[in-house]
Amino acid sequence: MCDQASVEKLKAKFSSAVLDVVAFRDELTVTVEKGRIVEISAFLKEECGYNFLCDLCGVDYLGQQPRFMVVYNLYNITSKKRLRIKVAVDEQNACVDTVSGVWATANWHERECWDLMGISFSNHPDLRRILMAADWEGHPLRKDYPLQGPDREPYQGRLS
Amino acid sequence: MGVEQSQTLGSGFITTSLDKLVNWSRAKSLWPMTFGLACCAIEMMAAGAARFDLDRMGVLFRASPRQSDVIIIAGTVTKKMLPVIKTVYEQMPEPKYVIAMGACASSGGVFDTYSVVQGIDQELPVDVYIPGCPPRPEGLLYGLMKLQEQIMKERNSFGAAIGIGEVVKEA
Repeated sequence: MCDQASVEKLKAKFSSAVLDVVAFRDELTVTVEKGRIVEISAFLKEECGYNFLCDLCGVDYLGQQPRFMVVYNLYNITSKKRLRIKVAVDEQNACVDTVSGVWATANWHERECWDLMGISFSNHPDLRRILMAADWEGHPLRKDYPLQGPDREPYQGRLS
Repeated sequence: MGVEQSQTLGSGFITTSLDKLVNWSRAKSLWPMTFGLACCAIEMMAAGAARFDLDRMGVLFRASPRQSDVIIIAGTVTKKMLPVIKTVYEQMPEPKYVIAMGACASSGGVFDTYSVVQGIDQELPVDVYIPGCPPRPEGLLYGLMKLQEQIMKERNSFGAAIGIGEVVKEA
């Protein structure tokens, strides 16, 4: 598969950074080290043709170490192949390099990730809240954030 | 001071007829400020379209708050949108009315979360609540008719219009 070819090229060039490759049904997921994500993204975009960043999101695995994972869903428009790149992020050092230099759409996706999950992106041109109000405190989509908000009582369930 | 607050033009025959004239003119030409936020906006548009025409009731949607009498809050109100709604409401000239259309504007609806205001009546004085998710256009029509009935029952509207006393709304 063309997918496998890209992953082989990736492993050949960044052998120390590629931590894990999982193939499930038709989907390939590659876990890489957070430090070299910009080089890996540029490589995937230029050499392997993954020119469309479909999604950039954060995942909160509360209770696991490392706590967060940033997931990049890539798509190659010409060959119609998909690839997923995952980067593990610690809670203490929740900071990843921005890939908005590689794919411009990452600008807003990273802002959403910062707003809702609290994962900051270094060298981001404009890292501020995008969905919540500008003076909001807290990161709502973390697993330990109360659903009703910090200033209201939690949902009591059906009382009648 | 107490006397001044309850100052009205009285309730003679001519005064009440003038009041009724003013109330009638206000009620039968309610101009809403279009404030469709979410799905209820679509039902509001449907109510204004051909089948359930709102124009035949004198309702003309105005885009500017300075030219409108009533604001129909149609849709979910988020905490981020709340200062905008308050600014728009404050820009409306008196007399102004508020209709909370739908479950989300009345009470937060299904969204009992951190970002949704649990009912616009936490910040604005609401005159009519229209339940439904979304309310059918006939429901919005009924809510507007209820508001018209409320306006027709006001007293001292002529007095307030010429500067003597305030409008006395029914409790």
